[in-house]
Amino acid sequence: MSDHTVDYLVELQGVDFAHAHGAHPVYRDLNMQVPRGKITAVLGPSGVGKTTLLRLIGGQLKPQQGQITFAGHNIPSLSRSALYQLRTRMSMLFQSGALFSDMSVFDNIAFPLREHSRLSEEIIETVVLMKLEAVGLRGARHLMPSELSGGMARRAALARSIALDPELIMYDEPFAGQDPISMGVIIKLIKSLNESLGLTSIIVTHDVQEVMTIADYVFIMANKTVVGSGTPAELLASSDPLVHQFLHGEADGPVRFHYPAADLSNELLGIQPTGTEAKHV
Amino acid sequence: MFDRIAALGKTVLDTVAGAGAALIMLVRALIGRPNLRKSWPLLMQQMYSLGVLSLLIIIISGLFIGMVLGLQGYTILVDFGAEQSLGQMVALSLLRELGPVVTALLFAGRAGSALTAEIGLMKATEQLSSLEMMAVDPLRRVVSPRFWAGFYSMPILATIFSAVGIYGGYLVGVQWLGVDDGAFWSVMQSSVEWQEDILNGLIKSIVFAFVVTWIALYKGYNCTPTSVGISRATTSTVVTASLAVLGLDFVLTALMFG
Amino acid sequence: MESRNTHLAVGMFVILGIVAMLFLGLRAANTSAVTTGETYKIFAKFDNIGGLKERSPVKVGGVVVGRVSAISLDGAYYEPLVEMTISKRYSEFSDTSSVSILTSGLLGEQYIGLNPGFIDDTVEMLGDGDFIYDTKSALVLEDLIGQFLFGQGND
Repeated sequence: MSDHTVDYLVELQGVDFAHAHGAHPVYRDLNMQVPRGKITAVLGPSGVGKTTLLRLIGGQLKPQQGQITFAGHNIPSLSRSALYQLRTRMSMLFQSGALFSDMSVFDNIAFPLREHSRLSEEIIETVVLMKLEAVGLRGARHLMPSELSGGMARRAALARSIALDPELIMYDEPFAGQDPISMGVIIKLIKSLNESLGLTSIIVTHDVQEVMTIADYVFIMANKTVVGSGTPAELLASSDPLVHQFLHGEADGPVRFHYPAADLSNELLGIQPTGTEAKHV
Repeated sequence: MFDRIAALGKTVLDTVAGAGAALIMLVRALIGRPNLRKSWPLLMQQMYSLGVLSLLIIIISGLFIGMVLGLQGYTILVDFGAEQSLGQMVALSLLRELGPVVTALLFAGRAGSALTAEIGLMKATEQLSSLEMMAVDPLRRVVSPRFWAGFYSMPILATIFSAVGIYGGYLVGVQWLGVDDGAFWSVMQSSVEWQEDILNGLIKSIVFAFVVTWIALYKGYNCTPTSVGISRATTSTVVTASLAVLGLDFVLTALMFG
Repeated sequence: MESRNTHLAVGMFVILGIVAMLFLGLRAANTSAVTTGETYKIFAKFDNIGGLKERSPVKVGGVVVGRVSAISLDGAYYEPLVEMTISKRYSEFSDTSSVSILTSGLLGEQYIGLNPGFIDDTVEMLGDGDFIYDTKSALVLEDLIGQFLFGQGND
């Protein structure tokens, strides 16, 4: 598991994060390494803050403590302009796609090129058509985002996020709300893009079965930190109860089915809870 | 008792923090070298949606307000035999007060709410985040052109409002109620001053443009990205901007004419 | 094509704004451009200026030739001193001219009426900074009534 020859593109060390000072912490002492050129999956139940992880790597949020390095740069300590410079080397596929609703599909994909390159319009058109071809939407270039289905919108957004040939793509819940066919298409696309473009991919998801088929390495998050990591095969063989519960989708286990509450029979009978809750009344 | 004082303190702190955040947003959006090749089309697009599309409501409201002023003014002035001063009354009311103020209120309702909702929705659909991740500053790309468009559009709209309003007063006063045509204009001309009235009105509408656009953008940029959050932010834009306009109008009037 | 139409609409919008501004400036506001362009200043002392204000017009036979630019108290006896800014277009007033403070209509604003004096070889023309000594003060209604009552009593 710990191979010293592996080249890590993104590393997190001892990251503590809460959305505000004194607020409920999201992470405590989080450590994670993302190998270059591989597909790394981050799994975890809903609400564990997986999207927050991507925003931390993208520098949109700052941790209270710890280091987040991307290609040797410590992201939280970068200046605003250096951060913007670095962001041209990474990209993120948002859950909603986040296509600009006032531009056509073509203009959406041309947008990062027009912003960050001085290419002529003809070259931009060629590049955009190539990217659209890669996701199979070359025929849909004149449509507006509102005319696309959810799966098509996500593919168009994927084409946009690879427009500048980044080194890292972060996928935020790429499979959420997709029908089986478009889910299959996206899995295939992630895999083939990673191989053909030499990308590093981080996939954040809770769709275990789908991602296990393509991931090279998997982290499982719960309780504000990483509770298990390894290749898919290693994890499936794991005997850790939390990992087991999550990978097999069991309803109850170390992660409770119930939100913390007073005892049901007491509540139904109208008995006032004693102890900690009583103080709030 | 202490709870109340603490609540008051929290409100004050929140207000100050909000004002500070709004100021930081504006400074970040406006400072930096502009890239004309990219920002010119964006500015044009926003001038269109904020200025041109507000034109109809401004013209119609201006016409009606001018007509009402003509009618009301006539019924009051005719008692003193001073109906020839109608032009003066209509022109001064419009240039000094109604033009800038009503335009700002209409602008807050028509364009300000749209700005807040648009930016709030861009936030909710992660378009702003996605801009950031594409290494494009949303403050420069989204907020800045909208701010300048609002800042330029509103004084133009206020000028058009006043001009149309005076014409509305002319229609009712002269064409309908029979005030003497020459007297209407000459009394107006002898009482309206470039600096005192037209310029001060223009300054007012420039101040209002700044404040209303700023509030609308800040509320949108800072809203909770949910449907409830956006609807609250939109309402809050209209309420806050309207109150700010009316309060500032008093201050400016006191400074200019007091 | 779409952006061309946008540009066109915005251009029309701006032009409309300029037209409205011109309308306000030329049709609604005072356009006798006496206070712009070249001017010169003359002074006059009055006993009482009544309701005269800064920017009140200075008229010759009803035609505006300038404006009151400053009002102050002057000299050991604190006489009201009025500074008038007159357009260079009307620079041929002799120093025998007189000024009086008049009222337009019964309730109207007060203005300065300038009566040009006679011109012959012995008189000089008024230049920048000159004084007009022949002045008639404003009519104050209370004084008038007092005079009237006093005159009645004398009969």
